[in-house]
Parts: sequence; structure tokens; C-alpha cells
Amino acid sequence: MLANPFKLKKLGILGMNNRNINYIGKHNDRKNFPLVDNKLKTKKLAQEHNISVPELLGYIQYQVEINHFEDYIKNQDGFVIKPAQGSGGKGILVIVKRVNDKFIKPSGEELNYTDIKRHISNILSGLYSLGGRNDVAVFEKLVDFDNAFDGFSYEGVPDVRVIVYQGFPTLSMMRLSTSNSDGKANLHQGAVGVGIDIKTGKALNAVQFGKPITTHPDTNRNLKELVVPYWDEILHLSARCYEMTNMGYLGADIVIDKIRGPLVLELNARPGLAIQIANDIGALKKFNLIDELKDKNKSLEEKVAFAKEHF
Amino acid sequence: MTSKNQILLFSIVLILTSILLMTYKVKVLNFPLFQEETTNIWNVEAKISFDSKKNQSALISMALPTNQNGLIIINEESSSADYGFTKRELEGVNRGVWSKREIEGNQVIYYSIDLIKDKYYKASKEEEYTNLEPIEVPSVIVQAAESLLHKIYDKSSDSLTFTSLLIKEFTLSEPSQAAKMIKNNYMNSKKEKRDTLVQLLNKMKYQVRTIGALSLEDKQRNIELTPMFEVFHKDSWYLFDIDKGLIENNSNIFIWQRGSQYLLEAEGVKNSDVKFSVTKNIVPARNAALSKDLKNQSTILDFSLFTLPNESQNTFKLLLLVPLGALVVVIMRVIIGLKTSGTFMPILLSMAFIETSLLPGIMMFILVVTMGLIVRSYLSHLNLLLVARISSVLIVVVGIMAFVAILSQKLELQYATSITFFPIIILAWTIERMSIIWEEDGPREVFLQGGGSLIVAIIAYFAMTNPILSFITFNFPEVLLAVLGLIILLGRYSGYRLSELYRFKSMVK
Repeated sequence: MLANPFKLKKLGILGMNNRNINYIGKHNDRKNFPLVDNKLKTKKLAQEHNISVPELLGYIQYQVEINHFEDYIKNQDGFVIKPAQGSGGKGILVIVKRVNDKFIKPSGEELNYTDIKRHISNILSGLYSLGGRNDVAVFEKLVDFDNAFDGFSYEGVPDVRVIVYQGFPTLSMMRLSTSNSDGKANLHQGAVGVGIDIKTGKALNAVQFGKPITTHPDTNRNLKELVVPYWDEILHLSARCYEMTNMGYLGADIVIDKIRGPLVLELNARPGLAIQIANDIGALKKFNLIDELKDKNKSLEEKVAFAKEHF
Repeated sequence: MTSKNQILLFSIVLILTSILLMTYKVKVLNFPLFQEETTNIWNVEAKISFDSKKNQSALISMALPTNQNGLIIINEESSSADYGFTKRELEGVNRGVWSKREIEGNQVIYYSIDLIKDKYYKASKEEEYTNLEPIEVPSVIVQAAESLLHKIYDKSSDSLTFTSLLIKEFTLSEPSQAAKMIKNNYMNSKKEKRDTLVQLLNKMKYQVRTIGALSLEDKQRNIELTPMFEVFHKDSWYLFDIDKGLIENNSNIFIWQRGSQYLLEAEGVKNSDVKFSVTKNIVPARNAALSKDLKNQSTILDFSLFTLPNESQNTFKLLLLVPLGALVVVIMRVIIGLKTSGTFMPILLSMAFIETSLLPGIMMFILVVTMGLIVRSYLSHLNLLLVARISSVLIVVVGIMAFVAILSQKLELQYATSITFFPIIILAWTIERMSIIWEEDGPREVFLQGGGSLIVAIIAYFAMTNPILSFITFNFPEVLLAVLGLIILLGRYSGYRLSELYRFKSMVK
């Protein structure tokens, strides 16, 4: 029924309390949290650091501006509206295309103007933000995701989550949406998590709702066949997010655009623990390996090389 | 010092402080640990009666008792409305003095004291002793006494054994010739017997003092002080009963009068007499501890919640329970790993349950939230701004609650009317959050978080309504320090949560 905690410890599995105290609390400076928690800030910072991100179409800060939202999406077929301070994927609205006056969600559901406006209004009121603070609605160009993931994802953008510990990419997984997850890439909503080998970018193991699976529940594709393209670039990109934010324990969510390649979608200062189940590997083993390093002042190249060699 | 050790030290200091304070209050101030504990308050009443003499003003004085080892006087009262009453000290003895210019007929004055037992209480020492003036006795008796004393002296080792043997000599069914002679001539009353014994002991140069005592037994009326005496031996006085000898455990004996002064002195009256009565009152131990301490003036109590007016005391009774609820939330989240919606919503919920009592509270919660969710889903079609929508939900919640209250009144389910105490805002906000979770994460998450909150709220409810715990938090608010220490300790708990043992189960093969 329950696992033996000593066995879990032996496997090096990171628990929630340990994560909160010894990783987030110790390595993530509170004053840097807004850089990560506010997607608009992250985006601007990334642009300063020449880190590729999905194109910003614009943002709305005040309720009176809501009627002008069309200015931002004039030339766009698909776009994303998200709260700048949302967490856990809350409040993200994806529109894949427009038919006449209708906006189509990935599921095929149609929305009209007032639906969009209400969504923006909700975002501004702070419905999705941490602690209900007033928020900003951010408009982003829809990522046209790479064909490499055809059949691996259902009605949604698949992304790669990389856990970066002190600048070393340590754990990685792909998050594939399913019909269960309503096009969202959050594991607790039913998305499939596929652990990715840091060395090769190839699939290791896959889970849905915390249980191992071998094929995608909607498309029946064998998940073992998944190979993430641009793997080296992704490792570098995620490692650079550490240099940009100075967060010692960081989750970088990366999407792969057909034309632009890997883009940093968002950063997370409190990445979840399910990635361990997807990889079937305890995170602590890798973290300890990094902690034991005598000289952590490595260049970005060295860190990536170390990660590829050891993880 | 590492931060981990600092926290460990800090919380241990907090917990120890709380334990020490509690122990002090229990051991020294006699605070009860449990609600049921009661203490006896002994009421001892002296009834002084006398008749008037023509054209004379009355002046009555009576020796008053003082605190003694193990017994504290918590209240003294003279009920003799039309007499002047003063207290004065005369040769080391407190005396109460009643006076009146003109009196007529039979008069009664009452003087009553309330006593409680406190085995830790030590009264200040009194050194004086009684040397009764020798009385003239025939030489035959003197001879008899001397031979008796001589005989006992040989068999004894100190003042205590001597006294015991002496008393025994007079209680034998077949006493010696000498004892018989003394007994028949000088021990016709208890008081005489006591005085004779004291005379004999004085003859031996032992330090003795006379005592007028009352035994603390319930429902004694119109009794007189029992003559006893104390014998000095190695720094302390030992109490002797004139028939039974040394009294080992004198916690049941209250000494009203010590020394050779008259108990009652009356001028200008006749037939004066004093009788005593003893009654036992059972009171909650806390009241006793409190009233006792009004005398002791302990600073700890001076700073306690009991100094607040009753109304605020009741508020604090509830407020002091909140940390207990917080402790439950911390345990459920950090150790068990239960998901709740919002960190402190469960506490607020359980406080609401305290108002409504548990079962109706849960039913109301489910009912109001369900109805609220339905209304909220309709409101979302109206395309309102968030603030306006939450406010609308708020009004609807008030409406639902009013409806439920009226309905339950009609159905004669009285308890449901207390639903109005439910924190309305909390419910409205809960409904709003739940409906968002429903839209974003689906109904499964709503039941998970709503259920988690409910479970934690129920456990917190039981912790907060536990009579033992609530009694302790109110009477020993220092317990909060221990709760704080525990919470701080739990705040550094970096081990696995119970839910994670399940969550990561598949990784252990």
C-alpha cells in the first residue's frame, strides 16, 4: 500500500518538504522570485539576455483597454492569452485559429468576442494570480510546434521541462497533453510525462496520473520512440536561464517552434516532483553529485558537458 | 551555529519554557490540569454570643487565626453589622476587636474564614512558647508527679518520645498510682488535662505551647476548640493530641489559637461564649487557585487572562484555540500531505463548525457551497467583472443561508439557525475558488481540495472542541509557546509526507 520511506531515501527521491526547505528555500532568493513568477518580466529579461522566447504581441493592464485587445492579434491566426502571474497553467487561453468572428480552442470549442473579453477581465482582476493580486494579461504568438511530436501530443503544445540545479541541467521530461488534460500540459490534469535522458534526449519512461504507461492514450503512439530534437540547444537554453535569473533550483519549460527552434515558454521557481516518476530516477542522486563538486565555478559549456557525462 | 541547530534549540527552549511555566502553575499555584478537578474550601465560622449588661458599652476581642503550613486563609469576614470592628496585634497575636456603645439583650457576632489546603504552603515561623504559671498543688501530688516524670524520663530519648509516653501513661486503662492521682484531681476536663500536661512538660524544661484547634470535618456545629499543644524539637513544633499523642499528619487540623492568651475577652457583657462550625464547600480547583492567589499576588497570575473582563475571556477562549487548529493544518499538510484549498480556510471552517456544531455545519457547508456553485456557474454566463461577481455570490450566499435558517426553523431543526454565524465571505470566496478549480482542473480536483479542506477542518474541529485541550489552552496559555515550538520544528521537517509514500510507490521495485 505505502512505500517504505527508507527505500525512497535510498533511491534518492526528493520529497515536497525537502524540496521546499533545502532546495527552493536555500537556493532561490526571494527577491528573484518576481523574475520567474511574472511572465512579462521573464520575457523582457530573456530578450535582454538573447534567450529566445515566443513572440510577445502585447499586454493589457487596465480594464478600459480590454476592448482594444484586437490590436494585438490583428495579423495572428493563433495566439495565447495568459496571466503574467498565473501559476500551474491557470488562466492560459490558447486560440489555434479564427473562423469569421469565432475563436477556436485546440479542442474545437468556439469562443466569441465577449468570451475573450471576459477572460481578459478575469485575468486583470487577479483571478488566476497568486494571492489574487491585480494582474496583466499577456498576448503571445502561438507556437507552431515541431512535427517531431506528431502523434505524441493531443490538442495541445507539448513542452520540455528541464530542472536546472545550480546551472546544471539535471532532469528532464516532456509533457504531452491528452484528451483528459484538455490540451493542457500539466501532469496532475492528466497530461503524459515522458522522462528524457539528459545524455541523448531520448525517451526513458512514461507516466500518466503517476502510473507507468507505454503508449499515448489518445494516439496510441509508442512513447519510447520519442526523441527530442535540438537537444543540445535545449540543454544550453535551460542552463542559461540559471545565469539569467540566478535561481539555483529552477524548472525551465521549453517549446520547440517549427521555424525558430527551442523557445523558453516560462520558468518555474517551484517545479513539481512528478518529473522523478516520469524519469523513474530520484533527483537527489543527481543533486548530491553536483553538491559534491569541489569547483562549481564552471562555464556554461562545462556545466552542460558535465550534465551530459554524468546524468 | 547552523540554522538547523538554532531552530532546534529555539523550539526546545520554547517547549521547555512552556512546560516549566505549566509545572509551576500546577505545583506551586495549584492550578488543576483537568477541568473536573475540584477543591474543598473550608468555611470555619466562629459564633460569639453574649448578653448585655445594663448601661455598659461592650468590648469583645477574640484571637484570630493566621496562615499555617499547608493551610491558607483566603477570605476573612466579620458579619456583625452594627458593631465597630478592628483588628489589632497584641503580644504577637492577631485579635479581632468588636465594640458597641449600647447593647440590649442577647447578641451574636459571627466571624468566618475560608480556608484551602495547599500542601506546598509554608507559613512563617513563630517562636513564642507557653510557660503556664505553676499552680499550687499539695506536696503529695508534686511527689507523685516527680516520680512519674522521672520514670518516663528514663524510658524516653527526647522531648517527643517523652511527651508521647506521658500521654500514653494517662490513657492506660490501668495507670500507675501516681498517674491515677493526678488524673483524678487535675484532669476533669479536656482543657484541664491539656494544661496539666503542659505544666508537667514545663517542669521538664521542654518548650511547649498551647493550641486551640478545629478538625476540618464537614458539618460540625456548635463545637469548641479542641485543646492541644505543641512541643518543640529540633527547629520545629510538633502537634500533640491530649489523648492520641503525636499527630503525624496535621493537614486536617486547623489551629485557631496559639499561646496562652484568652481566646475570648469580653468587657461590659456577661455569659460570653464562642462556638465554632465547620463546613466544606466544593468549588472548581481553578477558582480556588485564583482566589488563593489574590492573597499571594503572584506576578504570573497578575498577568494572566483571568484579569480580563468575562466577555473578553470568552473571546480568548475561542482565539486561543486557533493555534491548535493551525497545528493540525501544519501536521496534515507537512506530515500527511493532504491538499486543502487555501492554507487557513480549514481553520476558519472549523471555527464555523464550532458555532454550528459539527454535523449541521458540514451539511450546511456542502449545501451552501453546492448551491453557490450552481449560482456561480449561472453568473459566469452573465459576463460580470470578478469583483462584482464575487459580491453577487456573497449576496446569494447570505440569501441561501437565510433560506436554510428559515426552513430549519419551520422544520424545527433548531441548530441550523446558528448557520448565520458562518463566515459569509469565506464561503463566497470558497465558492469562487472552487468554481475556478472546476473550470480549470475539473471536478476531480474540486472534490480533492474541497474534501481535503473538509477533513482537515473536521480534525481541527475535534482538536479545538476537545474539552481537555481547550481547558488547558485557556488556563495555561503558555502552552501556545509549546505549540509554536512544535510548529517551528515541523517547519523544518524535510522528510517524506505520508502521501508521498503512496505517490512514489511505483518507483520502489
